[in-house]
Amino acid sequence: MTCLPAHTDKRLGLVIDLDTCVGCQACVTACKEWNTGGHMAPLTDIDPYGGNVDGVWFNRVHSYEHTTEMGGRTVNFPRSCLHCETPACVTVCPTGASYKRASDGIVLIDEDKCIGCKLCSWACPYGAREFDTDVGVMKKCTLCVDRIYNDNLAEDDRVPACVAACPTSARHFGDLGDPLSAVSQLVAERGGVDLMPEMGYHPTNKYLPPRAHTTRAASVPAPALEPVRTEGGFLGWVDRMLSN
Amino acid sequence: MHPAFSVVFFTTATGAGYGLLALLGVLGGVGAIPADFWLGLISMGLALGLIAAGLLSSTGHLGRPERAWRAFSQWRSSWLSREGVASVVTFVPAGLFGIGWVFFGHTGGWVAIAGLLAAIGAVVTVCTTGMIYASLKPIAQWHSRYTLPGYLIFSAMTGGVLLNALLQFFAIGSNTLLAGCVLLTGLGWGWKLATWRYNDRLEIPTTANTATGLAGGTVRSMEWPHTEENYLLKEMGFRIARKHSVRLRQIAQLLAFGLPIVLLLAAFGLPWLFVAVLSILAAVIQFAGMLVERWLFFAEAKHTVTLYYGR
Repeated sequence: MTCLPAHTDKRLGLVIDLDTCVGCQACVTACKEWNTGGHMAPLTDIDPYGGNVDGVWFNRVHSYEHTTEMGGRTVNFPRSCLHCETPACVTVCPTGASYKRASDGIVLIDEDKCIGCKLCSWACPYGAREFDTDVGVMKKCTLCVDRIYNDNLAEDDRVPACVAACPTSARHFGDLGDPLSAVSQLVAERGGVDLMPEMGYHPTNKYLPPRAHTTRAASVPAPALEPVRTEGGFLGWVDRMLSN
Repeated sequence: MHPAFSVVFFTTATGAGYGLLALLGVLGGVGAIPADFWLGLISMGLALGLIAAGLLSSTGHLGRPERAWRAFSQWRSSWLSREGVASVVTFVPAGLFGIGWVFFGHTGGWVAIAGLLAAIGAVVTVCTTGMIYASLKPIAQWHSRYTLPGYLIFSAMTGGVLLNALLQFFAIGSNTLLAGCVLLTGLGWGWKLATWRYNDRLEIPTTANTATGLAGGTVRSMEWPHTEENYLLKEMGFRIARKHSVRLRQIAQLLAFGLPIVLLLAAFGLPWLFVAVLSILAAVIQFAGMLVERWLFFAEAKHTVTLYYGR
């Protein structure tokens, strides 16, 4: 049913730190590697070694130049499904293929019901859904639903592949519905924001803005080296002899 | 938005078909249009043919058309599903009306009721089509109060001009009908101009700043995540050059509104053959013009995902 659950027991999602993301694309690659064999498999690539390479990815990292009166900086920006509280991508689905889970709030697609009308991708303001032209159905991030509850994995590994791969710990996974969870506290502490709040989709995933420019950085240069003191005596004589 | 021909043709053809069906249902049912076998067969055939062709064309847009039947299930939340249900349900009274009016030559009574129900079904279906687009928040040009009335007006306009062409061909047209078509086409023209004016002045609150959560200053896309165009850019990043947009708007206005009005006005008071030829020409030219209008409806619509790509 594409009607939304009135309440979800948990609100699982990601918190992405734009301050520490270095744009290495490790999350992108890890996501592709896991999911091309996972719940929404395959993540088809079209003409992967040709001139018109195209394919399905759940996670894409953009790079932006953010310029304010404080100066400019590069911001690397991972973009994936935000598992919104009121996702229009689900309600527009005519077949019931798209759904939001009442248990944890994850937005998923039942590939066997999808007719590939693409309307859900039009309804998503964030570009989270990508159409697989080869299979003829829509695909999207599953929040690695086949990892996070997977008893076959060590408990530490039961996080989305992108979170596990991030070398700078810029990606955090947890229950954003629980105000005491580590991710909720991180959002509160760092002033995490919603993307396009004016759209009214109430995204679950939060983004932590880059920290403010600091004045504590090494703005005072290290003290200059002192000139060698001229000495008398034996050492002074050696110094003069060698300097000649 | 990418103007897929299957969807452009679908919305234009079903719009005209449902407009014609609604007018036939109401006017034919009460006997304002006489029950004549050949007129009935050709006009109902044209209305239902346009609808069926449009619906078939829309399945060409699907990745898995063999599963299209599933689209009737989610009418509680999805306008697309509601459209599917309404379009199929409308075939029932439309079919009954067609049998009674065309094959039995009846008017009034159950035929009038079936005709009225078919007309209501047609209006509801066109509303659901309009709402599919009007409900999409990420596309500001569609998510406006102009979209739904636009679909209804254009449906009435193209359906009316088609009905006029049919009745004039069978020599049972009237000046009232001609005048009605001129007025409807004028209304359509005015609505389209108002819509374009609104879209051109649109100030969209969503920016690259709100899209990335980076407050203040400017956000400039430095590097895409991929080197070639992906699905998002092919489907939603479609761009049309401003000069082409201006030229295409002129062509759409000329074909969809300007020329049909001139042809219909010229038909007043002329002998049968001339009225019939001018009326048919007006209908054909208007349909071509509406295809251009609908192509622009897609091509000029901008999706918020393009903000992530600096477009």
